[in-house]
Amino acid sequence: MKIPDFMMIVSSSQGLSVVLWIVIIMMLLYMARKPAHEAITSASKVLFHAFHLIAASILLAEKKLKERNKEVLLAAGKEATERIIEREFERIDDYVKKDLAQFPTLQRDIRDNVVKIDEDYQQSTEIPPAPPGWTKAIEPIAAIPASEDSMVVEILKSIRDTLEKGQQKALDAYRESSKMRHAHLSKMIPSLRQINKSIGVLDKNVQVLLDRSATVDRHMDEYYEINKKSDKAAQMLSSSSLTQFFISGFVLAIAIGGAFINFNLIARPMQEMVGGSVYMMGFRVADIAALVIILVEISMGLFLMESLRITRLFPIIGALEDKVRIRMIIVSFVFLFLLASVEAGLAYMRELLSADDAALVAGLLGGTAAAQEGVEQSGRWITTAAQMGMGFILPFALAFIAIPLESFIHSSRTVLGVLMAGFLRLLAVLSRFLGNLSRYIGKSLVNIYDLLIFFPLWIENIVTKLEAKHGSEEEKKEPQKKPAAKRTRKTAASQESKEETKDAL
Amino acid sequence: MKKIFLALLLLLGLSSCSSDGANKHNRGVYMLVDTSGTYTQELQKAQQIINYILSQLESGDSFVVASIDTGSFSEKDIIAKVTFDDRPSKANQQKRAFVQIVDNYVKHVKSSPYTDITGGILQATEFLNEKDTASKTILIFSDLKEELKKGYVRDIPLQLQGYKVIALNVTKLRSDNVDPRKYMTRLKEWKEKVEKGGGEWEVINDLERLDKLLKE
Repeated sequence: MKIPDFMMIVSSSQGLSVVLWIVIIMMLLYMARKPAHEAITSASKVLFHAFHLIAASILLAEKKLKERNKEVLLAAGKEATERIIEREFERIDDYVKKDLAQFPTLQRDIRDNVVKIDEDYQQSTEIPPAPPGWTKAIEPIAAIPASEDSMVVEILKSIRDTLEKGQQKALDAYRESSKMRHAHLSKMIPSLRQINKSIGVLDKNVQVLLDRSATVDRHMDEYYEINKKSDKAAQMLSSSSLTQFFISGFVLAIAIGGAFINFNLIARPMQEMVGGSVYMMGFRVADIAALVIILVEISMGLFLMESLRITRLFPIIGALEDKVRIRMIIVSFVFLFLLASVEAGLAYMRELLSADDAALVAGLLGGTAAAQEGVEQSGRWITTAAQMGMGFILPFALAFIAIPLESFIHSSRTVLGVLMAGFLRLLAVLSRFLGNLSRYIGKSLVNIYDLLIFFPLWIENIVTKLEAKHGSEEEKKEPQKKPAAKRTRKTAASQESKEETKDAL
Repeated sequence: MKKIFLALLLLLGLSSCSSDGANKHNRGVYMLVDTSGTYTQELQKAQQIINYILSQLESGDSFVVASIDTGSFSEKDIIAKVTFDDRPSKANQQKRAFVQIVDNYVKHVKSSPYTDITGGILQATEFLNEKDTASKTILIFSDLKEELKKGYVRDIPLQLQGYKVIALNVTKLRSDNVDPRKYMTRLKEWKEKVEKGGGEWEVINDLERLDKLLKE
């Protein structure tokens, strides 16, 4: 390697020139050491503070964003919980009106049945008629043992027979009475069953009410939490929002698939209506027309869902008078129905065109026989019917896209907020890292600077030591001056360390 | 101000929807069929290719089939020509009619003594330039052996910028079999001629590769 001529200090020796240059540069650097150190240190400090200031600002923005996110999340959660509670109360109201309105009837039924049972019970407890009193009187006579006298025997036999007849009569009367009592008791069974059933119904109704009230309690607890603006509520709503975001995103992806199929169903026949060779902004007009039809269907579906108050994307529609709202429901449904019918027609036309295309291609590439075969395919009606069915059903299915769309829009606000906050935090960390990096780079540059001028520094060190030695000898002569100098050095050192700590913080 | 902006937007949409826009996407195909000498025996293959092309073309595209004979630079040599209707169903009817015309021609074709390929190409460029299609393709169904009648001047430089010229079914002649260099030289000369005119040159001898015909 050769150095340029103008740098040759000693023209005869390149090596000497290089050494001289090194010495000169070293000397210059040594002379400029203090201001250079100060410049490097101040530049690194400036960068360090600037980056830290940026990081602090970003963190502040992140904090504000988080607060705003929390507010939005809580407001959305509050609204949603209010809607749920409102709906639960409506259900309870409906239930009370519908089922518990029968309560007086049920009560009357039970009372009637109880009265009936009481009557039956009273009747079943009636004492049966006692056997006639004379039987007791003749019982001892009838018990007399039979003698040989035939007359007595005859009399006794007659008495016994009479007694037995009396007893038989009493027994029959008792049996009759028991039978009647059993009949009364049997009559009580349906009444008891009826009461049991009525109580069962009552129990079920009360249980449903209890379940509903438990649900309301749960939602009310959530509502209180949200009203308190607690972190727990915000965390709960945030996770719920994320879940909603992914679920609605998944459903929307499915809906987009449906819309794509729908598009393919009507794009081809649209060429018959608007022409197949006209383009607008690089897209075929027939495709644009098909897309517009699908978008109009989706819009009608949105309006229908809004009018039915299933979604709340347009508060104006929700706030309309019921009469106007019902009109809007009818109008949007009619439009949707008409568009679905048009699509079914287009799907039919598509099938005809496909058949024609297939016949033509078969004729061109496979001859007339193939063309005939292609046209006369039996069972083509199945695909025609399926296409028409899809053409009619898909617009209605797409109408329900409004529900996941609403969830997606609402939850995406939260998700975007969380992502943005994360991004800001990342920026703040990066900024702090850059700040610290610039500070340590400054320190390293100072050291590298000193490394470059190691030789003059080494000489300076030797000179300083000699001076120190000389100075200590002088101090011995003037010992009282030493503590003051030490103190000054100590104060300077402590100040330096303090400054460093401050910078690090 | 808002209304003006909306009107401008509408005008922009309408202007981009004009018929000029349609021409930017259509295709123009001009097929030259050699009817000289024994090459008329190859016309069945030409029919297959025509049918294939018809199956590939869509609404707005133009297709011409013309014969190569003694003097091909003439509208009289056009066997059939069509620009397909906007409606696909109507376009299908046009395709069927086109096939009929070509069938009739093939049945009654008479071989010509000379082969004026350059004249055919000139006629094709004239037609396609007039049609102003977005893509322009000239198909030459021939053995590429040009034989001009005495007095016919054809050493004219071709203007083929934006054209794709495809030679189809370039059969080998008896003399080619004796000296294959003749065949190669013939192909090379045509390639140079086309590329000198700014066109793109391709040879497809295998009719199984017809899918490459109209690829952009």
